[in-house]
Amino acid sequence: MNYFNESLTSIHEKLAKKEISAKDLTQETLNNIQAVDGDINAFLTVDEASAVKDAEQIDQNGIDADNGLSGVPVAIKDNMLTKGMKTTAASKILENFTPMFDATAVEKLKSFGTVTLGKTNMDEFAMGGSTENSAFKVTHNPWDTTKVPGGSSGGSAAAVAAGEVLVALGSDTGGSIRQPASFNGVVGMKPTYGRVSRWGLIAFGSSLDQIGPITRNVQDNATVLNAIAGHDQHDLTSSTKEVPDFTSTLNKGVKGMRIGIPTEFMSQGLDDDVKQTVLDAADEFRKLGATVEEVSLPHTKYGVAAYYIISSSEASSNLQRFDGIRYGRRAKDVKNLEDLYVKSRSEGFGDEVKRRIMLGTFSLSAGFYDAYFKKAAQVRTLMNNDFAKVFKDFDLILAPTAPTPAYGIGEDVSDPMTMYMNDVLTLPVNLAGLPGMSIPAGFSNGLPVGVQLIGRPYDELSVYQAGNAFEQDTDFNQQTPKMGGTN
Amino acid sequence: MTEKISEDQVKHVAGLAKLKIDDDQLPYFTTQLDKIIGLFETLSEVDTEGVEPTSSVTDQVNVMREDVAEDWHQQQALLDNAPDTQDGYIRTPTIIDESGENE
Repeated sequence: MNYFNESLTSIHEKLAKKEISAKDLTQETLNNIQAVDGDINAFLTVDEASAVKDAEQIDQNGIDADNGLSGVPVAIKDNMLTKGMKTTAASKILENFTPMFDATAVEKLKSFGTVTLGKTNMDEFAMGGSTENSAFKVTHNPWDTTKVPGGSSGGSAAAVAAGEVLVALGSDTGGSIRQPASFNGVVGMKPTYGRVSRWGLIAFGSSLDQIGPITRNVQDNATVLNAIAGHDQHDLTSSTKEVPDFTSTLNKGVKGMRIGIPTEFMSQGLDDDVKQTVLDAADEFRKLGATVEEVSLPHTKYGVAAYYIISSSEASSNLQRFDGIRYGRRAKDVKNLEDLYVKSRSEGFGDEVKRRIMLGTFSLSAGFYDAYFKKAAQVRTLMNNDFAKVFKDFDLILAPTAPTPAYGIGEDVSDPMTMYMNDVLTLPVNLAGLPGMSIPAGFSNGLPVGVQLIGRPYDELSVYQAGNAFEQDTDFNQQTPKMGGTN
Repeated sequence: MTEKISEDQVKHVAGLAKLKIDDDQLPYFTTQLDKIIGLFETLSEVDTEGVEPTSSVTDQVNVMREDVAEDWHQQQALLDNAPDTQDGYIRTPTIIDESGENE
């Protein structure tokens, strides 16, 4: 079965009424993946045996009528640890790595009775925006299989868009949930930094990384965040703030809400259709009773530079652990320990990962630290202050998610600078640690276009509330891809 | 274009990061890194006099826990991931270079 016309609500009803068992649902989902994923390549690993076994266990325990996730098959981005299920971060260096515990987000989701089907493709170590940096395969956009699915959570977003799953987890360091959500016409939420535990998420930029849900609609997204949010003693940066029920204000509308559109996000380099989509969304929010005005985030143009210094510096430190000793790829024919480190890493990492490690090492090295890393961290403060100023007068920010719709496979990958500039609209949200969600809001030549809603720290409620109001009054999320003519 | 980073510097930085860039790859990486570092330098336009750097946006301060070891009973699973093991230990190659080549 595919999930094109389904939601967690509709699936839960079928499971609770015993119209279908969790096992049959899982089996039909696996059959559909088998049929469809050859064209999409969303999955790196599908673990049929363990999925069926987990589903049988859920049937045995009985579907929990009060729990909308009970018995629902899910996909997990391959940079989150899954106990006993291969986890590679799409890197050759982790080609044969099998974790001995679950990431907290995965464990929490499982505790709600979800069935983990497998792991989705991504840019190696989440570094990239097209999933072309995967060491293993190229994922295709279900709306046009000659286009990229975005990235780095491209596999997760494509799997949801192609109707292979209803729920996937992604991770977002500079836009890696929101940009693929935009490219695939699905809903992707990057929660506030600290909202979801990063324990068991293979670290890229530790001050930026967050796990979040990718779903077909806003309500499903809020339901999944309910399950995975909360403090975790294993992640000391996870917040002890109380977690509200993110579905509780979905139907409250946007009347009286003040929404700002940053002028700097609407300027040069923005595709005309994308710009029009944002303006149309603004009109829709006005129609629904919100006020929408232009606001200013004056340091936006320095975001790409600040972000790539900070994220690469953190990555260069985080990726030191891949040394060929305790796990992962170990080079053969080495003379000594130094040789083992250098050969294992040089063989195991792809070019983009090497670039980031070198950029980070350079930015942190003696003589350059003040001019690069420290300077970037100061600019980050100024960018965050810009947001804080806007949020004194506004409840939400509305912005384009990505400068363009999905582009062609192979188009951008050869030029890292072009790739980096594409993150200009998403990465400020990570630098400031804010919640941001991309929702489907239009089309350009048959390709989906998303807009981004950004909230105050820990105010995912307003983001979901506005997103749901928009979704209920439009039909962008009800369109389904033809998948290169195969559907 | 003024050079922000030379091939020698790229080699040096790669060495610090325990990476080896082959000579035929060096121009390719150097050109790309040079361009990106050029972008980094646009930050010098920003007046950051007296601005505190932000290294994290967590709302947690000084999180403490008891300093006790937990046994996860995963020794075998851990060892199964290691490239080379013996008698419950992870084996590595000789640390001292005996070839005499890297003296």
